[in-house]
Amino acid sequence: MNPVLKLLIDGGSLTVAQLAQVAGLSVAEVEQHLEQLKKDKIFLGWRPVLDLSHEAAAAAAVQAVIEVKLTPERGGGFNRLAERISRFDEVESCHLMSGGYDLLVFVKGPSLQKVAAFVSERLSTIEGVLSTSTHFLLRTYKEQGFMLAGDPGRDARLNVVA
Amino acid sequence: MSTDPQRWVAGHVAALPKSGIRDFFELVSKLKGQDVISLGVGEPDFVTPWHIRKAAITAIEDGKTCYTSNLGLLELRRAIADYVGTHFGVGYRPDDQIIVTVGVSEALDLAFRAFCNPGDKVMYHQPCYVSYHPSIALAHAQGIAVPTYAKDNFALTADTLRAAWQPGAKLLMLNLPCNPTGGTCDRAQLEQIAAFCREKDLLVLSDEIYSELTFDGTHTSIASLPGMAERTIFLHGFSKAFAMTGWRIGYACGPAPLIDAMMKVHQYSMMCASIIAQEAAIEALRNGWDAVVQMREEYHRRRDLVVRRFNAAGLRCHAPRGSFYAFPDITATGQGEGDFAVGLLKQEKVAVVPGTAFGPGGRGHVRACFATGYEQLITACDRIDRYIQSLRS
Repeated sequence: MNPVLKLLIDGGSLTVAQLAQVAGLSVAEVEQHLEQLKKDKIFLGWRPVLDLSHEAAAAAAVQAVIEVKLTPERGGGFNRLAERISRFDEVESCHLMSGGYDLLVFVKGPSLQKVAAFVSERLSTIEGVLSTSTHFLLRTYKEQGFMLAGDPGRDARLNVVA
Repeated sequence: MSTDPQRWVAGHVAALPKSGIRDFFELVSKLKGQDVISLGVGEPDFVTPWHIRKAAITAIEDGKTCYTSNLGLLELRRAIADYVGTHFGVGYRPDDQIIVTVGVSEALDLAFRAFCNPGDKVMYHQPCYVSYHPSIALAHAQGIAVPTYAKDNFALTADTLRAAWQPGAKLLMLNLPCNPTGGTCDRAQLEQIAAFCREKDLLVLSDEIYSELTFDGTHTSIASLPGMAERTIFLHGFSKAFAMTGWRIGYACGPAPLIDAMMKVHQYSMMCASIIAQEAAIEALRNGWDAVVQMREEYHRRRDLVVRRFNAAGLRCHAPRGSFYAFPDITATGQGEGDFAVGLLKQEKVAVVPGTAFGPGGRGHVRACFATGYEQLITACDRIDRYIQSLRS
């Protein structure tokens, strides 16, 4: 396996310089690997993980999860509808699900009204969307592997131990 | 009449030297708050996996707060028997061949006290974990240090064992992979050691606490070799593989009469290991393996990183096949291990442990633990580079 991809899958939070050190490669080589992974559409890009409950980060703080039921299209099945919904900037991620509904859509907006307007005016009016069920996120405890409350990572070990 | 409280301290305890690690710990502690990166720790940087912690919490909620059998919970001994049978290829009966202890440290103490008459000789390879020799002395036995060498990647060889052997030797203490050297023995080397033990009728105490952190090849237990289970006490625990150091939980497996002798000492001194830690250990053995594999892969990558960096910096460093310790030779810097460790600490705020803390065989080496996050490891390597450069200029 591509050594950089393995590290991305396992660790995730290393910088390019750290990836280079850990994989025993030069920074240029790591960048080449990343470039190739981008071309192969495996590595899509970096994004920061933010705690949006902080005032300073609250610019786009309203998040909602929307369960969407669809009528599959003749020929395109769920895919074309899902892709159409995914194109909206408000949509953070979109997944086809097993179970009682078809798509699970994560939406982010600057205010509750904006998210509500997106659902009622843009999402639910798409042809093929049978129904939507919107849940607003109240509080986040863990985001992309990071614990937001407490300080579980603090190193309580003694400095020197046999 | 003397009024010095020291007069009440037993002679053999007063004669014990203080651990060389202690002085260094004091020195590092004085620099508290000064951005010290410590490669001096001897434990995982991972916290015990949550499902194991949760099992302990559940045990407390369920009111499991009592003593257990002296040998430990039967359910845990069964899980240990399954694990040791599957992973090491040695079968032990949960009923009378396994005892759960307060870490491997207690198991070792039990073994020395149960098997050593005053003056009996115990062979142990060195450099080694700091408590082996004192534990032998506390049992009124006599230690015989067997050197291991950098040229052998700190594996114990049957030749050095034979050269160090003395009449009256009764026990051989093994710790493979080894703290602090990361050295270990392959199957062929172990077979020669096993033959020597049979020839000299030695009982083997095999501390295999780092066995799950074997990076290259497979770990072989000496207990699994023909004719060895009947003369081996297999010692293992949860501290390193499952990141459970603070839980203090380990075990010993061996022939029933020997486990029974250890149990006598255990029942009169310790009674039993904590039931909460035992419950957590059951969960670790049942469902903890994914985390063990993940942590091992992580240590493996870190090992490759530090060994590569040390060698590039001009410190000769073998790639330890197991454990989370690198043991580089620092003589090329022109400094001894003590001066190097103190200089590196004072000038660059990186703590490593002088090799002589683990016995005279550690001369010219330092122990650097790589159970630390990448960011700190990389910064520590950069600082070590800079320190070595400063010695050259």
